[in-house]
Amino acid sequence: MKRWLPLAFLAITLTAAGADFDYRLQAERVADDVHVFVGKTEDFTPANGGNIVNTGFIVAPGGIVVIDSGPSRRYGEQMRRAIAAVDSRPLALVINTHHHPDHFLGNQVFADVPLAALPATIEGIASDGNAFAENLYRLTGDWMAGTEVVVPKQALAGGRQEIAGRRLRLLALDGHTGADLAIYDEVSGVLFTGDLGFFGRAPTTPHADVNRWLAALDTLEAITREPGFRAVVPGHGPVARDAAPLRQTRAWLNWLQMALRRSAESGLDMNETMAQPLPAEFAGLPVAASEYRRSVGHLFPAVEREALGAPR
Amino acid sequence: MNPMTGLAAIFLAALLTVRPALAGQEDVDPLGSARWGDMRYLFPEQATIRFDQRVRVLAPAVAENPMQVPVTVDASELGPVSEVMVFADFNPIVEVLRFYPQAAPAWLGFRVKLQQSSPVRAAARTADGVWHVGGAWVTTVGGGCTAPSAKAAAPDWQARLNQVSGRQWESGAQAGRVRLRIEHPMDTGLVAGIPAFHLEQVELLADGRSLMRLQLHEPVSENPVFTLKRGAAEGPVEVRGHDNNGNAFQARIEP
Repeated sequence: MKRWLPLAFLAITLTAAGADFDYRLQAERVADDVHVFVGKTEDFTPANGGNIVNTGFIVAPGGIVVIDSGPSRRYGEQMRRAIAAVDSRPLALVINTHHHPDHFLGNQVFADVPLAALPATIEGIASDGNAFAENLYRLTGDWMAGTEVVVPKQALAGGRQEIAGRRLRLLALDGHTGADLAIYDEVSGVLFTGDLGFFGRAPTTPHADVNRWLAALDTLEAITREPGFRAVVPGHGPVARDAAPLRQTRAWLNWLQMALRRSAESGLDMNETMAQPLPAEFAGLPVAASEYRRSVGHLFPAVEREALGAPR
Repeated sequence: MNPMTGLAAIFLAALLTVRPALAGQEDVDPLGSARWGDMRYLFPEQATIRFDQRVRVLAPAVAENPMQVPVTVDASELGPVSEVMVFADFNPIVEVLRFYPQAAPAWLGFRVKLQQSSPVRAAARTADGVWHVGGAWVTTVGGGCTAPSAKAAAPDWQARLNQVSGRQWESGAQAGRVRLRIEHPMDTGLVAGIPAFHLEQVELLADGRSLMRLQLHEPVSENPVFTLKRGAAEGPVEVRGHDNNGNAFQARIEP
């Protein structure tokens, strides 16, 4: 008995940490041949292992098109197994919608499949990928074990394209980051917005240009008015059958921009701006308080510069 | 154990436990920083140092951008303050800035670069020579001091060097407030190939009287932004100063 005690302790420790490192990915069918793995509407924690993101796949005649690869090697592995359980066709292409770590750190697992992204996304992953990965190790811990950055090689351009025998409309936009790819599957009417759309969770802004983002939302919302439109898959939050994720993201960005301007105009500094209360409309939104404070850090210096006027 | 080794061990242990005494106070660091003992060297040798909640340091508990961590120091509750020293225990360059309030109260907002999570502290010296210390822990991803400034890569920073933009608030909740921004890369000298290049002195005057003098060090953020309260002084605020390369500037902020 005695010799098994250390092992028993080890087992207890592992269980206590909740770390079986299983993301429990469940493919949610959005339309025929279109599936999504919906992540939690939380921030990165050691408990969720970074599963706060939506990834998906489209089963095309010539193979499966994967949209984003998740936050870690483990996620990529489990995602690949979950895809294979739905359809046994080979993978045709893996697309990274933008250069944020929860969208490309599973790439390693798909190194045998062509990896593609917009040119600025490829550059961003090449230059900032390692720093992003290190930060996720810090935020989520051992879930990240063995994760390494794999930079996509194939550059994508916007426009209608036939990929693996399926008509996809690639929308090369920006605003959430310097390059944001949205994908409209014309066959099913499902729109993958990448992180241009957040739903039931406050948007993040570390590389945002709010005006460009609002313009991108106009482009995306126009698609939801097309006759064949069926569903929006936001980058974070549940799938919607209407433009609600786009409208909610727009409302948040409009409010954020206005709140920062008002604060700078009234003479408040960055600390005081961070301490401002959220309006009732957004106070209940998951991670709203922390995302607001982060956004003040990202966006306030430029807004404040305008309020202080021209140099003399 | 042989007796000599034992003695040596005791002697060694004694050596290790001798730390510079914190003159005049037995308080425990409320922020529990492992670096507090070393911070003693920032103060004059015989200085009396007290932790004092009346010195308020407002900073976000988690700072998203280590290059621009907002800090507001309020030591006005102490009464007249001769000097406030701001420092960050775990920064490679510990001292951030000193300010010497004159006609303005001991209240200042600014932003700092943090290299890693650290207490940010303000020590305010009152007329009796006592240093009153307040502070706050800031958790951050780090790299703030060893990342090149955005300016270093921008082609036009030299044309705008030391330009001042600013504004005074005459009415509303922030009446009497002055805010200003000075274009400067504030290079720390810790990035390979980029020498230290930062603002050194800034003075604000109104009515011919000094409101406040600031002595700045490398960890102050790029394009520094300052917020202060004008006090009883009226009229335009004059700003003058220079950087460590001797580039001087002067500007006027109209009411």
